[in-house]
Amino acid sequence: MYDVTYHRAGSVSEALNLLEAAEEGKFIAGGQTLIPAMKTRLAAPSDLVDLRHVAELKSISVADGKVTIGAGVTHAEVAASSEISDVCPALSHLASLIGDPQVRHMGTIGGSLANNDPAADYPAAMLALAATIITSKREIAAEDFFTGLFETALDDNELITAIRFEAPEKAGYGKFPNPASRYAMTGVFIARKSETVRAAVTGAGDDGVFLCSELESALSTDFSANALDGLSVPAENLMTDIHASADYRASLIVAMAKRALAMANG
Amino acid sequence: MTDVTMTVNGKTVSGTVEGRTLLVQFLRDSLGLTGTHVGCETSQCGACTIHMDGRSVKSCSMLAVQADGAAITTIEGLSDGGDLHPVQAAFKEHHGLQCGFCTPGMIMAATDMIRRHPEGLDEKTVREELEGNICRCTGYHNIVKAIMAASEAMNSAANKAA
Repeated sequence: MYDVTYHRAGSVSEALNLLEAAEEGKFIAGGQTLIPAMKTRLAAPSDLVDLRHVAELKSISVADGKVTIGAGVTHAEVAASSEISDVCPALSHLASLIGDPQVRHMGTIGGSLANNDPAADYPAAMLALAATIITSKREIAAEDFFTGLFETALDDNELITAIRFEAPEKAGYGKFPNPASRYAMTGVFIARKSETVRAAVTGAGDDGVFLCSELESALSTDFSANALDGLSVPAENLMTDIHASADYRASLIVAMAKRALAMANG
Repeated sequence: MTDVTMTVNGKTVSGTVEGRTLLVQFLRDSLGLTGTHVGCETSQCGACTIHMDGRSVKSCSMLAVQADGAAITTIEGLSDGGDLHPVQAAFKEHHGLQCGFCTPGMIMAATDMIRRHPEGLDEKTVREELEGNICRCTGYHNIVKAIMAASEAMNSAANKAA
């Protein structure tokens, strides 16, 4: 790892000022992706601005069916939150599947979303739940937030402060984890609210997370696994790598969607 | 260089580190606490697992400066005095190790796991919760047995105390 100058922020405004003053600074939340990337020199920021002690990023609130989760909330905290699991157990379940316990104690929802790894779990949930990404500058709809592999709509000096979504009537998440990394080889998050079904796929798309129209139209009239019998999802624009071919991922999308439905209807 | 101060195994310690110094390097090289092992250095194997502010984390995947002000427990600080901690004792009793390299990380992960599951642990949960710790000898069977036995011993001790 190249040397780096560390700063600890106590507030969002201090964090933004510290980053502004840095030559090539980066925010660090849990650091579970950034530190390994720095160790291999894939990332080499001049300065790190640590967000882990910013109290205003750490709250969870659920009121009138609206769920707001601070960007600094860890995966372990989302997984263990009874407030969240009361209204959206699929999201708690998703958080409990990220990495391993040690990683979940450090990694945060904001960090995961800002990184937008094409095989990360949270982007699928945000897209399917039609969540809003709240930043230090503005509010961004999830559909406009994820713009490509490791790319988001965030500006250079813009910080995610929270995410917000309306609790769905039903939701589920089906994930086929890579056995070594625990990232999704394919993950499908399905949510239904006011007769609208949204199904988002992570780990499979060539360009990152996406909404799957084939799943959505099949489920809009019949929200059950039966509706997916015989359904095939096109393999175009799906990823092929050493772990799985695009065709295999296409079949995993349907299989994981069935698991997500079993949870949503369970 | 940056000065850091943290509580390690109950004692306040200070040191001067580079920004890039990993917590595990500070523990091993500056403090001489070599019980925390460096296995893969890619945050997969869990040999470097310690507790920070009561939660298990991988000390090869964080900087020493990130732990400034924190309370750290390493394998050296787990037992209270000369007696083995119940998890250490269970690993000994159930032969939960072969070469022993992964053992400190396994024990720190197991202690945290037992804390988070006061209701007790079944085999499936233990195996799932060990996702972040790799045993190169593949001796998981006795590790799982040891953790379940420790969980039971610690819960019955806690019940007696109550």
